[in-house]
Amino acid sequence: MSTAEQNQRLIWKEASAELTPKAPDNIRRIHIPDRLLGWIIPASVLLVWELLARLGMLPSNWLPAPTVVGRTIYELAVAGDLLKHAGTTTARVAVGFLLGAGAGTVLGGLTGYLPMARKLFDPSLQALRSVPSIAWIPLFLLWLGIQETSKITLIALGAFFPVYLNLSVAILHVDAKLLEVGKLYRLSSFQMVRRLILPAVLPEYIVGLRSGLGLAWMFVVAAELLGASSGIGYLMVDGEMTGRASIILASVILFATLGKATDWMMSAVGRKLLGHRAR
Amino acid sequence: MLTDVSGQAGAVVIRIAKKTFAGSQGEILALRDIFLSISPGEFVCMVGGSGCGKTTLLRIVAGLETEYEGGVFLDGKKLTGTGLDRGVVFQEHRLLSWLTVHDNVGFGLAGLPRQERSREERSKDIRHYIDLVGLDRFESEYPHQLSGGMSQRVAIARALVGRPEVLLLDEPFASLDALTRMRMQQEILRIWEAERTTVVLVTHDIEEAVYLADRVVIMSPQPGTIRNILPVSLPRPRDRTDREFVRVRKSIHDELFVPGGTGTPCH
Repeated sequence: MSTAEQNQRLIWKEASAELTPKAPDNIRRIHIPDRLLGWIIPASVLLVWELLARLGMLPSNWLPAPTVVGRTIYELAVAGDLLKHAGTTTARVAVGFLLGAGAGTVLGGLTGYLPMARKLFDPSLQALRSVPSIAWIPLFLLWLGIQETSKITLIALGAFFPVYLNLSVAILHVDAKLLEVGKLYRLSSFQMVRRLILPAVLPEYIVGLRSGLGLAWMFVVAAELLGASSGIGYLMVDGEMTGRASIILASVILFATLGKATDWMMSAVGRKLLGHRAR
Repeated sequence: MLTDVSGQAGAVVIRIAKKTFAGSQGEILALRDIFLSISPGEFVCMVGGSGCGKTTLLRIVAGLETEYEGGVFLDGKKLTGTGLDRGVVFQEHRLLSWLTVHDNVGFGLAGLPRQERSREERSKDIRHYIDLVGLDRFESEYPHQLSGGMSQRVAIARALVGRPEVLLLDEPFASLDALTRMRMQQEILRIWEAERTTVVLVTHDIEEAVYLADRVVIMSPQPGTIRNILPVSLPRPRDRTDREFVRVRKSIHDELFVPGGTGTPCH
């Protein structure tokens, strides 16, 4: 900021200070840190919910108290079920995500870098993308059976598109001016990719991976709800069949926690990779 | 003879018969009948308004434009494409945001074959050029931490680290504030005097051209062509308020703005 601008600002500040009536000093304002503000609503909801449940105003088979849900999670953990089901679901997400993101990386890289590959693959992939992925479930079940293969395929499909799209578009839009710099210093094609294109697309690629991971978690729910003998989705169906809302709610919380945890890990890796960049 | 008799490297001969771009209504003639011979170690400035083809001309010399009729020769050898024998600085710094100052300068050596300069030599050169542009205390900073003038210094160091024979500058100071621009003009002279490379600088700033150049090439548009070449023999450092300086500046100004005007070379 130039000094002139600073002076201008000072003048404005003084002027507006004169215009705004000052709060009397004897009124103490309650100061809440911004980070805590966001907790006020969820905390109050939980509190009211717990109170209403304890007072018997909520039917306990529909909406058990938060402490009951908490106890359910604890019991699942003690019995070893929690680890088993969470482990199964996480493994499905991991395998499906790796396959989908891997394929997305390869095809996204190819179509972004080679115009020929773009012309060849992109129209078909865009057409496939317009089908809501859940709509493939009956076909997957018919072709691949109700076991792991169909679940993994669905999760992989979910993870594929965001990775593919983000990477492909990012490569296509790498600043031509930077590519010119590579050309000036006579970089080989391999060096162009490794030293210019890869670092340039990394932020968008990480965004793609994160949304791919999010969709992988979404689709594992769908896959497990449709038929599974283990996994958190199975727990949910089990809770529904046996009329135990606390198990369903516990499963929802588990999904949310695991999804959030993996996303946090991914973004931590991203922050580490992007390190000192601006933005 | 295209080779310089002194044996010093960096003689540039530009012969461009025609350079066209494809436009929506057929071809657009960007450059026509350009002939220019630059001695090794000479500082040449090209001035002209926008659209006179001066940037296109520089891009042809850099090897970034290869579709044209004619040829550019460096020490008698016809140039094809880009090469480390020419360093280029653009109006925008074009630094890589993910690399430190040190690594951005080192990027200028990325395409150099491994056997051509040892690792120790490379890191010595990178240090040397960072020192030369006065950024030794900022080696490990990232581009977003630098001011506009500092970023351009890094870009200059990157252009020089491959030890080119010719330094090509495309309006390198146009986006800097007036004071920084004047300081950078002094700096580029100091660097030129230290390195003794041939320098071709494109600008639309007449004063900049008179302050820097051994010869000012005045270009006119539609089609881009050389209107006149004025030698400036004022001793350096030049005083911008000196009467002779002002006279040369005015004659270039008249050449550019008065139709049919003829600038007179200064003694």
